[in-house]
Amino acid sequence: MDQSISWITVGSVEDIPRQGSRVVRTEGGDIALFRTVTDEVYALEDRCPHAGGPLSQGIVHGARVTCPLHNWVIDLASGEAVGPDEGCAGHCPVRVVDGTVQLGLAAFRPGRGGCGHG
Amino acid sequence: MSTHTNPPPPAHPLKAPRERLVVVGNGMAGIRTLEELLAKAPDRYDITVFGAEPHPNYNRIMLSPVLAGEKTFEQIVLNGRDWYEANGIKLLTGDRVEAVDRANRTVTAMSGLTVAYDRLLIATGSTPFIIPVPGATLPGVVGFRDLADVETMLEAAARGGRAVVIGGGLLGLEAANGLKVKGMDVTVLHLMDTLMERQLDRSAGALLRHELEGRGIAVLTGADTAEIVGNERVSAVRLKNGQELPADLVVMAVGIRPNMALGKAAGLACGRGIQVDDAMTTSDPAILSVGECVEHRGQTYGLVAPLFEMAKVAADRLAGGVESAYTGSVTSTKLKVTGVDVFSAGDFTGGKDCEDIVFRDAARGVYKRVVVKENRILGAVLYGDTKDGGWYFQMLKDGTEVAPVRDTLIFGPNFGGGFGGEGAANPKAAVAALPDSAEICGCNGVCKGTIVKAITEKGLSSLDEVRAHTKASASCGSCTGQVEQLLALTLGDGYAGEAKAKPMCKCTDRTHDEVRRAITALELKSIPDVMQRLEWRTPDGCHHCRPALNYYLLCEWPGEYKDDSRSRYINERVHANIQKDGTYSVVPRMWGGLTSAKELRAIADVVDKFAIPTVKVTGGQRIDLFGVKKEDLPAVWADLNAAGMVSGHAYAKGLRTVKTCVGSEWCRFGTQDSTGLGVKLERMTWGTWTPHKVKLAVSGCPRNCAEATIKDLGVVCVDSGYELHVGGNGGMHVRACDLLVKVETEAEVLEYTGAYMQLYREEARYLERTAPWLERVGLDHIKRRLVDDPEGRAALNARFLFSQSFSQDDPWAERASGSVDRHEFAPLAQVG
Repeated sequence: MDQSISWITVGSVEDIPRQGSRVVRTEGGDIALFRTVTDEVYALEDRCPHAGGPLSQGIVHGARVTCPLHNWVIDLASGEAVGPDEGCAGHCPVRVVDGTVQLGLAAFRPGRGGCGHG
Repeated sequence: MSTHTNPPPPAHPLKAPRERLVVVGNGMAGIRTLEELLAKAPDRYDITVFGAEPHPNYNRIMLSPVLAGEKTFEQIVLNGRDWYEANGIKLLTGDRVEAVDRANRTVTAMSGLTVAYDRLLIATGSTPFIIPVPGATLPGVVGFRDLADVETMLEAAARGGRAVVIGGGLLGLEAANGLKVKGMDVTVLHLMDTLMERQLDRSAGALLRHELEGRGIAVLTGADTAEIVGNERVSAVRLKNGQELPADLVVMAVGIRPNMALGKAAGLACGRGIQVDDAMTTSDPAILSVGECVEHRGQTYGLVAPLFEMAKVAADRLAGGVESAYTGSVTSTKLKVTGVDVFSAGDFTGGKDCEDIVFRDAARGVYKRVVVKENRILGAVLYGDTKDGGWYFQMLKDGTEVAPVRDTLIFGPNFGGGFGGEGAANPKAAVAALPDSAEICGCNGVCKGTIVKAITEKGLSSLDEVRAHTKASASCGSCTGQVEQLLALTLGDGYAGEAKAKPMCKCTDRTHDEVRRAITALELKSIPDVMQRLEWRTPDGCHHCRPALNYYLLCEWPGEYKDDSRSRYINERVHANIQKDGTYSVVPRMWGGLTSAKELRAIADVVDKFAIPTVKVTGGQRIDLFGVKKEDLPAVWADLNAAGMVSGHAYAKGLRTVKTCVGSEWCRFGTQDSTGLGVKLERMTWGTWTPHKVKLAVSGCPRNCAEATIKDLGVVCVDSGYELHVGGNGGMHVRACDLLVKVETEAEVLEYTGAYMQLYREEARYLERTAPWLERVGLDHIKRRLVDDPEGRAALNARFLFSQSFSQDDPWAERASGSVDRHEFAPLAQVG
């Protein structure tokens, strides 16, 4: 990631249930933070590329989440829908430092519809 | 001793006076440094070693076998007093160093003894973390750190009684095992939901728990200690949930803290430990530090391998000449509990760009997981078979490219030559090669000869027939493949193969029915357990299998299985129905469709207070409030609870509503009290979890105003009693009910309902409603179980009522009070 990202601490890893999600509210819309069964943390725009469903409410399995509205499966690392569906939820830079979760919000571009990478 | 003066420079005619090296800490790190140093520069220093413990240097990591009685203290001594003598080292045991005077370069011990140094090595190790709860200092509470702790535990164990070990990590479990071996009743309390969660993933943690429980050690996870209870000595441990566990001995093994008090008092830079650079030197160039007391590049270590790597570098620096550097350690762990093989190394959390290679051999209780990133091993967890741990660990440390062996990596280094023979490659040949006495079905003890004989003599031609005649493959199903091979071998072309039932999901080849049979036969009691024993292909399943497994376990082990909220669809997790815009709808229960002015007023107040946009009457005779924001749900529920209303479970794969007409109380045609009966049925069945939603209805006469004959179970009242209709639904494929039976009393209606619900719960596949279930198994089957078999009916009803005794707590009240799943209803943060 480029060095211009400024990191904002939003909570600790322990605040997110394992195999679960928490929401961070931002001016640019909600961001869903996910914690996998192996304690990896990811951040995506909380909107399914299909019909805008809140991904934070889905079932987390492996490094994927299933949208609660129509069962689209979204890859947590890329934000992309898992085939055959096509679409991508914007993703937000996230890192874990000493158990705290930090978001790189400046680099987050919500609502792009397409891929939010970079 | 207190009159001792600084060691004078030795009289050596040829050399300059030697430098003085003082080592504070007689443990593994400090003495390993000396060993390395003596090998490199045996004559450079006059060495003095202070040890707070009264013993010579011993192998601390072998305290567990001492506790378990597998080794004596003498066997774990690394360097006896003769070693110190032979190397000219002055050893001062039982004397703790209390101060460092950096200006004058001296250390002063508890005894008052002051010794001067040119170089100082601090290796004070760590101390057990004692959780700050009331009673933590009572006699009978010990850490697990040194020989004195072990002696205290052995004394307590000699008196028998109960031990509570707080902490389910490496040390805690070793302590628990030792105390159990010594005859105590042992309970392990662990705050997290996975044992050794820093070293093991959930699957391996579940296997370990299974093993320990099998040894008679009780394990409580999610157990948060509130207080150690006792007057003069410990008598019990109380948890935050109020549970109290009697205890004669409490072992605190929740973790260790670097023991940096001396460094801090001396004014050395300290963070989580005494800070050192890559040369193991502290902020004072004359002072080095190694071991568990240091912080290096932000890391602290509590395992032995890093200590040895640090010791090597510190020795190089003390010896001079070699500018080696310590750059941090990749660690591996083995649990030292006899008969339990657990290995973990590196980072096995997986995640971005990582590949998980998972191998499960349920029959041998083996689980292996290797995490690979960019063709290099990042981490590994091995359970049950750890012999290849060193191989993986070496490749991990070396960053070995694994692409060439990627396909067989999980089978270990001996794959090609070891067991890649003809038999393994061809399962049919493997089964053919077995002798007749070879056991095929372990659950029911059926051997190959018995199966082949049954196939030929009885003319069997399908798996189901073999199951029916021999019981082989009829329990857990893990031998199904072999039984099929036997059918093929015995019948040749006469075996048509099995019409393959659809597997549960892509994570497994097993069908729903096979998985359920296995849960019962193998007594599987958690989702990771099921996935391990049935050889799931994914680490934690998917959105298809997890909710199904959660239901099957809940149904099989009422009161015992702890519901896994992470395997629940959102509606069942937050007890409301998600809508297309992410808001929720709320439906309070109206028993039998009855309501009152008080309830309606409370609903109206809630609608105003929370600005609920839409209020609708449902088809199930109650009121739906649409557009409630998720964070408002607990407050909405609190207000509805206050008026006596509870969740209507309008979101659940469970009992939804019992629709009624007014019946004989008001209606001129009514034959029975249909409303009253509906209320009774709803009181009996609410809160149950079922494979899919269940709707009931009671009509007061054959005009059937409650539409009872398109319900999962509908009662139609007639003059002479009650007709019970089953297996109907509205929806996409409307199905009218079949008549099950006619009974005379309300009590019979209730018993039949409980039995029918339970039969459906036990036999239907997850997400199969009663209508397709009935069509699959046939009405005759249901009649046989419920109508023709009064004892079976009573037993089913009893099982239903037993399970209901655990399910009738209002989920709204639990959440409105903030005591359950509080995190679900609040954002983590608000930024910008």
